[in-house]
Amino acid sequence: MSQQNLIVIGNGMVGHHFLEQLAESGQAANFSVTVLGEERNIAYDRVHLSEYFQGKTADDLAFSTLEQYAEWGFDLRLNTRATSIDRQARTLTLDTGETLAYDKLVLATGSYPFVPPIPGNDREDCLVYRTIDDLDAIREAASRSNTGVVVGGGLLGLEAANALRELDLDTAVVEFAPRLMPVQVDEPGGNLLREKIEDLGVQVLTGRATQRIEDGNGARHQMVFQDDKLLETDMIVFSAGIRPRDELAREADLAMGERGGVVINDHCETSDPNILAIGEVALWNESIFGLVGPGYQMAKAALDTLTGGDRLFQGADMSTKLKLLGVDVGAIGDAHGDQNPGARFFRYTDEIRGEYRKLVVSGDGKQLLGAMLVGDNSYYDTLLQYASNGLELPDSPESLILPASEGGAPALGVDALPETAGICSCHNVSKGDIVQCVQEGASLGEVKTMTKATTGCGGCAGQVKEIVDHEMAALGIEVDNSVCEHFAYTRQELEHIIRVEGIHDFHALLKNHGKGLGCDICKPAVASILASTWNDYVLNPEHVGLQDTNDTFLANMQKDGTFSVVPRVAGGEITPDKLITLGEVAKEFQLYTKITGGQRVDLFGAKLNDLPAIWERLVDAGFETGHAYGKALRTVKSCVGSTWCRYGVQDSVQLAIDLEHRYKGIRAPHKIKFGVSGCTRECAEAQSKDFGVIATENGWNLYVAGNGGMRPRHADLLAQDLDTDTLIRTIDRFMMLYIRTADRLQRTARWLENLEGGLDYVYDVVVNDSLGIAEDLDNQMARLVENYQCEWKTTLEDPEKLKRFRQMINEDGDDPYVVTVEERGQPRPATDAEKLERIPAVTV
Amino acid sequence: MTQSDNNWTTIGRLSDLVVGSGVGARYRDRQVAVFLIPELDDRVLVVDNYCPISGVNIIARGIVGDIQGEPVVATPLYKKHFSLLDGRCIEDDSHQLATYAVRVDGDEVQVAESAEGTGAAA
Ligand code: SRM
Ligand SMILES: Cc1cc2nc3c(=O)[nH]c(=O)nc-3n(C[C@H](O)[C@H](O)[C@H](O)COP(=O)(O)OP(=O)(O)OC[C@H]3O[C@@H](n4cnc5c(N)ncnc54)[C@H](O)[C@@H]3O)c2cc1C
Ligand code: SF4
Ligand code: FES
Repeated sequence: MSQQNLIVIGNGMVGHHFLEQLAESGQAANFSVTVLGEERNIAYDRVHLSEYFQGKTADDLAFSTLEQYAEWGFDLRLNTRATSIDRQARTLTLDTGETLAYDKLVLATGSYPFVPPIPGNDREDCLVYRTIDDLDAIREAASRSNTGVVVGGGLLGLEAANALRELDLDTAVVEFAPRLMPVQVDEPGGNLLREKIEDLGVQVLTGRATQRIEDGNGARHQMVFQDDKLLETDMIVFSAGIRPRDELAREADLAMGERGGVVINDHCETSDPNILAIGEVALWNESIFGLVGPGYQMAKAALDTLTGGDRLFQGADMSTKLKLLGVDVGAIGDAHGDQNPGARFFRYTDEIRGEYRKLVVSGDGKQLLGAMLVGDNSYYDTLLQYASNGLELPDSPESLILPASEGGAPALGVDALPETAGICSCHNVSKGDIVQCVQEGASLGEVKTMTKATTGCGGCAGQVKEIVDHEMAALGIEVDNSVCEHFAYTRQELEHIIRVEGIHDFHALLKNHGKGLGCDICKPAVASILASTWNDYVLNPEHVGLQDTNDTFLANMQKDGTFSVVPRVAGGEITPDKLITLGEVAKEFQLYTKITGGQRVDLFGAKLNDLPAIWERLVDAGFETGHAYGKALRTVKSCVGSTWCRYGVQDSVQLAIDLEHRYKGIRAPHKIKFGVSGCTRECAEAQSKDFGVIATENGWNLYVAGNGGMRPRHADLLAQDLDTDTLIRTIDRFMMLYIRTADRLQRTARWLENLEGGLDYVYDVVVNDSLGIAEDLDNQMARLVENYQCEWKTTLEDPEKLKRFRQMINEDGDDPYVVTVEERGQPRPATDAEKLERIPAVTV
Repeated sequence: MTQSDNNWTTIGRLSDLVVGSGVGARYRDRQVAVFLIPELDDRVLVVDNYCPISGVNIIARGIVGDIQGEPVVATPLYKKHFSLLDGRCIEDDSHQLATYAVRVDGDEVQVAESAEGTGAAA
């Protein structure tokens, strides 16, 4: 077969999904593919667009890269719009003036935000919410504004309102209908939603039609409503629904819906079989599907149409589950009950907690036709399964929406679901698909990559995990999280035992909860827990044998058996005198010196016997240990900040020094690094650290769980514009929670990634105190901070401890087998060959 | 260095040892690692201090433990394990530490060449 010219117009979510499926189908070679994208960005995750305001970048949101498209062999042209289709000639004109010939054309042009035809809607700072460029414009306008209004109280409107609120604007939502989210919820639900949103300080105006927008008095604009009431605002975001971007199709005379949309059949073909349409531009059975899941299903059907497969598009479930402004909202099937004559209703309202639930059941009470949830979506998964799989309802269906304390039915276990039950509607994955992967040996992560479940809207994540866990248990695959053969507990469980039972030494723990002698896995792990719980001196006799070699000698052992010495240089700030001391010490003990990646100086090649004398000198000069050897705070990297830098807005050096002194010495599951930058230019690279702090005009933004190293991770923004006290309190709690619950050698990045509930959960715990443990965390941290000691200072004061710093107990002096060679003016370990030359009588 | 009996060499005192861990000592022309293990009735075990994997005298600095009941020391640089009873490397039997006979006389720790392995009650 010769190659067909295939052109895809639109590089949005659905267009990209189509191309990805094509690439994976192995049929791409039959086509010469050109992709036109009007936006300047490669296809990105529009569903999670709002996270752009929470610190995600365009790259983070992107689904792919230019390299990937090139590898697929697809000619991707961004910043390029198709302007007309000539169906007779089978050509396409671009805004560049170029003409392209096609054999097959796929329209994936999506939709545009509808802006009501109100006079003044084109004034400055009247914007929409659909693309990354839109969000840039909103951010820019918000920086010049105090107040903002969103026109439209639907799903996207509320999402936009949340964004404005987070941009620190006084925010109002204006909705034309008598209630918020009229599509998803009914009147009682809408009222409840309104109350909750007003509680957050967002003003809600319903039943308001805007007549015109004109110059404001106090603010940039004023909106005039039908009753001549006025609302002043600096900026406006329109989010009054979407309209299909069907202009190309309309001009090319394809069959169109009455209210727009390109008509397609089950094969996703338009009235011209050479032109297919998918995603939000397509109209199937008189419906537009404004969700990504149905779009993905169209993409698969369209692919099969072009490649001879048999998948069809036959409609899709429009059930949705969302958290808007922190409020759960869910709508399943016929949520209003107006599509099924004879349907019966159950309603549950709790005005104290702010919860509302409604069931729509068939006349005979056996089938669930629809459901509506406000305030608590934990009922959603079970209800969706009843509705979409036609499971027969229990005798008293109301038990499905009652709280457990009032006789509510337990959630439907995943084992009750039939194999055909749809779990991920975005990627059309059934329970059976997931079970099959697990039976083939896949882990949860592998199930996600194999089926793509959870990678669309993410709504199915909980159920996917449950099915995987359940299936693994059924197969007898036990996930063994024991620390090692000596303790049948996880690190977190050991932490709990130690704290609750007040255990202070390894021996007692091993006797009561473990077996054998222990090993090099559990001993350091327990040493770390003991240290972060009680903060005893790590070289106490009962702890000394537990420590990794580096902790034992309070220095890092190098490949030749010598040690490195890393004094603390808090915040990277050092006086000339101290620098001179470092130089003198290095010269005296013949040490190699190097500036580290952590803004301090490392002195390498110290002999075990010399360590005490070296530290004697350093402690006298006012240095403390830098804990380069411990799973503990390493460095707080700083930039020079407002003191010197023309852009600095806060004193980042002072904060870095304070943070370093506060957290130094605290033992953790793994090392911890900080960065503090004095402005958004971020010269301290704070966003690659476990804790990153970036100065703002109003205080500090706190980023958490960044990582460099083997698998870099960009830190997440946890909180904004904190004053210094709040900043420190938030770090205290986050760090303590991490110390208490992480696995051994798990850094904050991997911990957060693996934590159920993720960042939102941690935020709830440390900021909202959702578990009621904040005080406990504060106290525990206060105790650790109070009990700090410089381990080298303590060691030097105790001749017993110094005994250990000898190469041999019955002979003074160094290990004669350690040999160095000079290179670039400094010593370095000799190679094996050099050693043979220099130690004639090596006996081994 | 004091010599007692024919072959026994005193390499140090009990008070020089570190409970639950190791120290280095000179024995004739080589360095040995001496461990005192309280969980094994305060047994003293002696093997080479020279680690054949890293080529450095550091076995005494490793963490002591057991693998399925066999006392071992973990090498501090590359985390392999050597048996404290017969000196073999658990992960790779091409590596071997020599083991030494030990006895405790009063508070003196004494070492001799051994064919059978190591260990003495302190
Ligand atoms: C000295 C230094 C390199 C240098 O010459 O600059 C260094 C040296 C070592 N690093 Fe590092 N790292 C050094 C900065 C870094 C940085 C950069 C930074 O901190 O800004 C990183 C990436 C940032 C990060 O950690 O997220 C870094 C990521 C690692 C990793 C990978 C961690 C990860 O999560 O993937 C390891 C391995 C580990 O910890 O398991 C590691 C481990 C090591 C060890 C401990 C390897 C070892 O076990 O022997 C090295 C021992 C140093 C010694 O003996 O003193 N080092 N290491 C730097 C000391 C900084 C300091 O002043 O304390
Ligand atoms: C803020 C927000 C939140 C959302 N949340 C959810 C959610 O939680 N769940 C959910 O299911 N859905 C959600 N959606 C909807 C979801 O994003 C859309 O359903 C999905 O993006 C539709 O994909 P598409 O490819 O059809 O359209 P789009 O993603 O809009 O892609 C169309 C692309 O085509 C380009 N284009 C148009 N005309 C041309 C032309 N002539 N030439 C070249 N290029 C052209 C456009 O610029 C655009 O890039 C959300 C949408 C937004 C904006
Ligand atoms: S990058 Fe590797 S070699 Fe370099 S210091 Fe870090 S751990 Fe050592
Ligand atoms: S349901 Fe959207 S990702 Fe699975």
